[in-house]
Amino acid sequence: MRDSRHGRLVLVLLLAISFALITVDIRGGRNSPIANVRDWASAVFGPAERGVSAAVDPVGRAVNAVKDAGSHEGEKKRLQDENAKLRQQVDNIEFDRNRAAELDRLLKVSSAGQYKIKPARVIAVGPAQGFSWTVTIDAGAGDGIRPDMTVINGDGLVGRVTHVGPMTATVLLASDPGFAVGSRLAGSMEIGITSGRGDKPMNLKLLNGQANVKKGDRLVTFGSQGGKPFVAGVPVGEVAEVRNTPGELTRSVEVKSYVHFSRLDTVGVVIEPPRTDPRDAVLPPLAQEVAAPPSAPAAPPAPPAPPASTEPPKGTTAAKPPAGGTRSNNANAADPGADGRRKPSSGGTTPPTGRD
Amino acid sequence: MRISRVLFAALLIVVALVVQVSVLARLGLPGAVPDLLLLVVVGLALTYGPTSGCMIGFAAGLCADLAPPADHAAGRYAFVLCLTGYVAGLFVSRSPRRSVLAPIAVVAFAAAATTVLYAAVGALVGDGAVRQVGLTKLLLTAVVYDAILAPFVVPWVMALARKVDPKPMLSGLSR
Repeated sequence: MRDSRHGRLVLVLLLAISFALITVDIRGGRNSPIANVRDWASAVFGPAERGVSAAVDPVGRAVNAVKDAGSHEGEKKRLQDENAKLRQQVDNIEFDRNRAAELDRLLKVSSAGQYKIKPARVIAVGPAQGFSWTVTIDAGAGDGIRPDMTVINGDGLVGRVTHVGPMTATVLLASDPGFAVGSRLAGSMEIGITSGRGDKPMNLKLLNGQANVKKGDRLVTFGSQGGKPFVAGVPVGEVAEVRNTPGELTRSVEVKSYVHFSRLDTVGVVIEPPRTDPRDAVLPPLAQEVAAPPSAPAAPPAPPAPPASTEPPKGTTAAKPPAGGTRSNNANAADPGADGRRKPSSGGTTPPTGRD
Repeated sequence: MRISRVLFAALLIVVALVVQVSVLARLGLPGAVPDLLLLVVVGLALTYGPTSGCMIGFAAGLCADLAPPADHAAGRYAFVLCLTGYVAGLFVSRSPRRSVLAPIAVVAFAAAATTVLYAAVGALVGDGAVRQVGLTKLLLTAVVYDAILAPFVVPWVMALARKVDPKPMLSGLSR
């Protein structure tokens, strides 16, 4: 130990061990022997992270309150203290109200999509210089969380569960470069694969190179077999930019996610997928449609909202407008009863194509 | 290695790791996250020398690889921090009275080196995330944050480390 040659030996040995670990873990995939060790680690670190994040929240609020209140210099200290205390209380109220509102929206989404969700809070965030976008949530195996469940919040798709500890679970965010989700354009029903790119907007690769796609088109998840890892119909994002790359088989489209990954707090894990695909019923209403009076019967040639133009004679595609029954989809012939079954609010959009 | 040294290092590693993922990362700073774990490893290595440095780095990295938000292949951070601990240990300080600038320089260098090395190891095992995300912004912010945090953390870690185990292993150097 006191000899430099010895030191170098230790170094080389440890480097070799870590490289061996990397290969074993990658080769093993889901069944890698490291998974057991991870279970232990999350059993130990999970509660610690829960405790620290719970302890830190009020401190952060107090710091903010004091920061806000500290500008009146020369005033009596007592008043300042009182002011700070009151501000902190107000802050707490606001914080709680925010959280309540978030939960409320989460509930709305889950009832619109008929998902059964388990709410949870983000308690730890992976470092960005690790080139992976992951968070820990404070719900684990004890709450019924299993790997490969979809995670949503009031805005849309957050990610999927990768690893579950006894009290905590790890979520791979949709912004992670290794994340990919099959999704479809709510309007034209075109299918593509959306993948994360870190802080940059997500990337959509449409399978149909000729697909007509434009800015503002909206994306929902396509759904996987048995709802794992993705349940169908979760809002993913909006098309922000279409880039034409001549010569490539697929087209690259930039997608702005509905979820703000830097300020995640309350999320919901979909414990039970919906019995029927909610299609795009969960998408937020378009701004124009909200403004439009509900009495205007949406005649196919003159829809109030842009996204209809992708395939010629179609009604409005996205959720809210009235009189959803005007659809005659090309694929609809396969199941004419589909529109009748669907809730009127869903706009009767989609042909009942199967899930992925 | 003395038992007190092992326990002290283990305690610091766990605390640093939990604070990093549950507090610093949740601040939502643009770019990288201040790497408290790296600061602890560098501080301990600067006190205890290269051999202890690489062992402590390995242990710290392994914890970071396995503790909950981590989802990459286990061993990646262990590899990087092991090497960082060794190299930082080569700059072991001889006397307790030394300028605070040297540790900061070591930290800044280590921050850049770990980020690049981590990306390189990832590329070696087929993780293409770096190309998608881009390295420059992360590299710059990581160096800046760690250098800012260093004067508040590293001297404390070094002072505590000396108190726990007053004899730095200077003879570990064959210079």
